[in-house]
Amino acid sequence: MNDNGIVIKINDLHKTFASQKVLDGVNLEIKRGEITVIIGKSGGGKSVLMKHLIGLLKPDSGEIWIEGSDITKLNEKDLNEVRKKFGMLFQEAALFDSMNVIDNVAFPVREHTKLPEKEILRMAQERLRNVGLAGFDSKMPSELSGGMRKRVGLARALILDPDIILFDEPTSALDPITALTILDLIKETQERLQKTYVVISHDILGMFRIAHKVAMLYNGRIIEFGTPKEIRQSKKEEIKEFLKATGIPGFSGGDR
Amino acid sequence: MLVNLIKRISGTVVYILRELGGIGLMFFSGVYWAFRRPLKLNYIFKQMEFIGVKSAGVVIITGTFTGMVLALQSYYGFRKFGAEGLVGTTVALSMTRELGPVLTSLMVTGRAGSAMAAELGTMRVTEQIDALIVMALNPIKYLVTPRVVASFFMLPVLTIVSDFVGIVGGWLVGVKLLGINEGAFINKMTKYLELDDIYNGLVKAACFGIILSVVACYKGFYTKGGAEGVGRSTTESVVISSVSILIADYVLTSLMF
Repeated sequence: MNDNGIVIKINDLHKTFASQKVLDGVNLEIKRGEITVIIGKSGGGKSVLMKHLIGLLKPDSGEIWIEGSDITKLNEKDLNEVRKKFGMLFQEAALFDSMNVIDNVAFPVREHTKLPEKEILRMAQERLRNVGLAGFDSKMPSELSGGMRKRVGLARALILDPDIILFDEPTSALDPITALTILDLIKETQERLQKTYVVISHDILGMFRIAHKVAMLYNGRIIEFGTPKEIRQSKKEEIKEFLKATGIPGFSGGDR
Repeated sequence: MLVNLIKRISGTVVYILRELGGIGLMFFSGVYWAFRRPLKLNYIFKQMEFIGVKSAGVVIITGTFTGMVLALQSYYGFRKFGAEGLVGTTVALSMTRELGPVLTSLMVTGRAGSAMAAELGTMRVTEQIDALIVMALNPIKYLVTPRVVASFFMLPVLTIVSDFVGIVGGWLVGVKLLGINEGAFINKMTKYLELDDIYNGLVKAACFGIILSVVACYKGFYTKGGAEGVGRSTTESVVISSVSILIADYVLTSLMF
């Protein structure tokens, strides 16, 4: 399952919550070293799909192949081995509010390695510098703005050099300027580290700025998958409608 | 009408069974992870400080006043047949066997149990628990086990404090205020109070510690529905813990009678 640089392969994924079909046969291949954005309406199953990728939810049926193993069949112990390849930036950053910024960033290293404390602090400070938050070490998460929290969350997600990083609505609840700086940070870190980024969002304009590939999730299925340009030139009505909602004339059908 | 009644009753029964099952599972996984290396000692000590040290003030105040009022009330009764000397015994037996462990546990439930449920609930709704899982760390080991272990050890300690200040409070009111003969007060107390009385109380306190921490962790851990959900979890955790403690109190007392 490692051929053609495919790092995540989703086969016919189904999930139903209390008789509501959320995922209805999702098929998707995510390539190594690219930013793949999954776009869809709010409440359209994007978060559910992402939670499946990291084993927080189990599907009713279907497979998710990550680097050669079907994670839907793994037990918790083996799943944890797969999870170590992942980093994740949560929607509200999910920083531990009992710890200050540096301890939050250093936490995964402290728990998973036996590195000396000095080295751990050096790593954490370097990651904080990379996201533009040098000197914020001893601030508590409650003292930070939403954008800063997301940057700390990104530093924490990147600290163990994971192969795959997941982003849950990275620009939601941010003002347009802060959203742009987060997007640029995502793009910049990806270009530097060349890791696989998977982003879910409904912010179509922002996502077209960073995506190598875009997947449109609609009614529990991926109805279109391709480069941003291919998506904009799609003839499918649902996609045209979604692109028109950006309010920019000629966005649907235009090129990049 | 009848169908509706049966539906509602069976719904309630299923709900209670599910909650009991959930609480039981939380207990077993919390204990299981307490015996798996590496032991998170710093997490346990932090919880011991929060549950034990920071509850000491409120436990001392409630213990003292309970002992004082016990002396006052029993003096009123014993005076009627001239047995004022037994006030000390009554205070000591009531405190060590019953009021020390029960009142301490109820106070800790209100102070620390509610905080545990609210903290874990907030961590759940802000995805901090998911963040632990995604980091390949077991949230039970990091969040539940330290709280359960700390409560198990700290409740007996707090109970000893409560027993002591309660008896001192009783002595203050009985001897210093009401003028009971100090020799009789102390003598009768030491004569009738046995080590087993204190020991039974401490066993009960340890059990109550487990009850209140497991219920609080269970309610907090499985919180749903944002800020409102956190509030609901906190309330339910305090109510369920308090009621369970009082029921368990009767069961344990009759077992150790």
